[in-house]
This record gives sequence, C-alpha cells and structure tokens, in this order.
Amino acid sequence: MTPLSPGFADPVLDAQACFRAVLEAMSRPGRVVVAGAALRPPAPLCRAAAAVLLTLADADTPLWSDAGANAEAWLRFHCGAAFVTAPDHAAFVLATGTPPALDALQPGSEEQPQRGATLVVQVASLGAGHGWRLTGPGIEHEHRLAVTGAPGGFLAAWAMNRARFPRGVDVVLCAEDRLAALPRTVAIQEG
Amino acid sequence: MTGIDDPRASGTEGYNFAYLDEATKRMIRRAILKAVAIPGHQIPFGAREMPLPYGWGTGGIQVTAAILGPADVLKVIDQGADDTTNAISIRRFFTRVAGVATTESTAEASIIQTRHRIPEKALREDQVIVYQVPQPEPLSKLEPRRAETERLHALADYGLMHVRLYEDIARLGHIAKAYDYPVMVNGRYLMSPSPIPAFDNPKMDRMPALQLFGAGREKRIYAIPPYTPVRSLDFEDHPFRPIRAPHACALCGSTESYLDEVLTDDAGGRMFVCSDTDYCGERQVAVAQEAAE
Repeated sequence: MTPLSPGFADPVLDAQACFRAVLEAMSRPGRVVVAGAALRPPAPLCRAAAAVLLTLADADTPLWSDAGANAEAWLRFHCGAAFVTAPDHAAFVLATGTPPALDALQPGSEEQPQRGATLVVQVASLGAGHGWRLTGPGIEHEHRLAVTGAPGGFLAAWAMNRARFPRGVDVVLCAEDRLAALPRTVAIQEG
Repeated sequence: MTGIDDPRASGTEGYNFAYLDEATKRMIRRAILKAVAIPGHQIPFGAREMPLPYGWGTGGIQVTAAILGPADVLKVIDQGADDTTNAISIRRFFTRVAGVATTESTAEASIIQTRHRIPEKALREDQVIVYQVPQPEPLSKLEPRRAETERLHALADYGLMHVRLYEDIARLGHIAKAYDYPVMVNGRYLMSPSPIPAFDNPKMDRMPALQLFGAGREKRIYAIPPYTPVRSLDFEDHPFRPIRAPHACALCGSTESYLDEVLTDDAGGRMFVCSDTDYCGERQVAVAQEAAE
C-alpha cells in the first residue's frame, strides 16, 4: 500500500479558509472559488473535493464515495468519516465518476430539510462568465457558470430537485482546485 | 507569564484558534451551509457552553468563531453602539482567543456581529453580518410547542401570525410591533429578524452582504443569502411602516438614522441621539469639517 499523503498543512486555518471559500460559493451560487490548492490527495480525488471533505466531513457525517480504495483510505484517516454503502444514507456523497441520481439521495423531510445530503461531484472544468444562467437567492441579477463534464441529464434532474423545496440536495461542483456550489434554491437555465 | 490582558502575549495559547474545538466548528459550519441553502429555515445545532452567559450573544459568538479567520476585521455592536459592555467584551474575547483585528468602523469590518441593530451604512458584498438572536422562533409566543411550530413552518402555515397582526389593527388601529417584526424570507419561511427595530427591516431586503443568525440558548442557526427578498409581513390596506422618532439627532443632526431617547437629568430633560455610534461619529466629524471650511 502506498503511504498516505498529508492533509491540510495547518488543519485549523486551512479548514477555516476552505470553509469561507465554500460559504462564499454557497452564498453566491455560480461563483467559482479556489480551495485546497496545496493538497495532494490520491487519484481520482481532486484537490477542491478533498478540501471540502477535510473541512466538513467527520465521524458525525456518513459518507458515500465512488472514489476507490486509495481515496477512501485517505479520507478515512484524515476525516475519520464513516463510509456507508447506500448513497441515500449519506450526509456527504462524493462522486468522481457518474454520480447517483439526485432523487436517490437523502432529501430531508419537510420539517427537517437540513437533513438533505450534500453531493460533492467532480467535473472536468468550471468557468464563470458564460454557460448556464443561474438565478435565485444569493444572485443579484444572474450568474453564468460554465461546466464541462456535468453528469448526463443534470439540468432536468436539478429542476426536479428544486421543485421539491424545502427538501432537496445541495451540490458542490469541483474541478482541480476550483469549486462552485448549487444550493437547492438556485434555478438553472441552459446558456 | 505575561498578563492575560495583553492580546499579543496571550494570543491563542492554551486555546484552539477562535476558542471552539475543530469538531464543534465543523458542526456549526455544516449548519451554516444548510442554513444558507434553505433561507430563513432554523437549523438546530449543538450550542456549546461559552465563557459568557446565555443572553450575552453566545449564539452570535459561536457563529462568528466558526467563520472567523486571521485576516478578518471584526466589529461588534450592541444596540448600535461599539462602546457598550457587551460589544467590548465580545471584541476583547476574539482579540484574545483569535488575535484578530477589531474596528469600530462599519466600512473597515469584514465581519460585523450585532445585537439588535443593523448599521446605518449600507453593507457590501465582502462583509458578513452575524446577528445575536434570543428567540429564533417567530411563532413562539403564539404556539409554544416546538414540534408544532416545525410543522407550521413545513406547511408554510403562518395564519397565526397574520391573526396576531390583525388583532393589533382591530384593537389599536395599527400594527403595534416596533421590534422583532416578523419577515418572510424568499417568499417561503417566516423568520424572526432578531429584536432589531422594525426601522431596520427594510435593510435586510436584498442586502449585498451575507446575513447569519445564531441563537445560543435556543440552539438554532439560520441565514439569509445575499440579494434575497425579505418582506415584512403586512396587509394591503395596512402596509408595513418603519417607525422612527420624529426628531433630528442632537449630536450630528441626522434626520434619517434610528434614534435612541436618552434621559439627561431627573427633571424631564432628554435628548435624541443616533443609536449607531460609528455613523454618528463620522457625521459629527464631517459637520465639524464643513463648519471649519
């Protein structure tokens, strides 16, 4: 077995910086922010996805992943996260390949919608300024977000996810050391 | 050992950065992210015992501790004032446990923790405002059972609050709620704005800054993302009206800011002054400069 690469160099301040990046992304959907630039997670895990999980996942958050044994060993060591085999039991769902369908994940209940899962999904690239048109809370007029390598049929699945508000799944799109977030309130139109 | 009052000497020694342990911060951070994703919905969280009593802003302090970084500049206000006991205590707390810079200037702050006011100066995109909340549940005085209010929020059934406001109109001719005036967030959740004056409610609507709310004793966190519609509850024939004392500030002359009435003696003497001390101070300097020119 290959030795594990380190997590955050400064676990306290690096996690704080990453959290503020994720908070900025979640508060202003479609804005692309940088996270985990200095990390060297095992393939196929990208730096931004690794940083998000190091920052937010721990023993209290069941985790589902398709990233394979090396990535899971890394996450298990650095986050202490418990892996589950059923995606709908997970608080965080990490998808490096084709993610499970949005409606197969935990959406929370009408009374406790905060139990809805967070899907961390790796895509090929993220860019701002063109592409999808995003509107909703956090956006003054509209934000543009260009995503290459989004899961097939994502926009149709997203429209259904949004329609069941306040239940639903929140998504963090990651590519290399960049990420953008899609809270369940955001409306997406093809650009 | 150097004196504990010296922030550089004590710094974070013996404590984790910003006081809370990392597992607690992660738990609070997860709650904050879900709060942003569901604007106006109250998220339960495991509030910790803080070195201040409940009612002194423990919810706001925990939210601030979870988001605060070394580069942040922190402003804390209590009823608009930077120089009251609560504000000074919280500023000193974060100076000691996080070593962050603090300020009294609204424009210089990156994080503003507030008890019961929104600064007069418009907030920007690069700022976060953290409200201290005593009672997060707007329906608490109408329906004491938490399980029942959760269900009412799930059904978006806010008839109780409409009746409460209507009863004011029927008895008094107007809605007699001067603070903690309930709002609808993004057209879905009824939310307590915390006990800010109703005068401040319009500032919440489509504010460019992120708004976070922490209730320590009640163990709830909620949020309003930037640019989110926030509407004060009202009726077509009784529209919401922000209330302000009909005076000019005795110190800076402002006719737009929210005023505090201050008793000056025991013979009925009183004056009206800005509740926002930073705003008032800046205006006094500007007025003095104009007079000198």
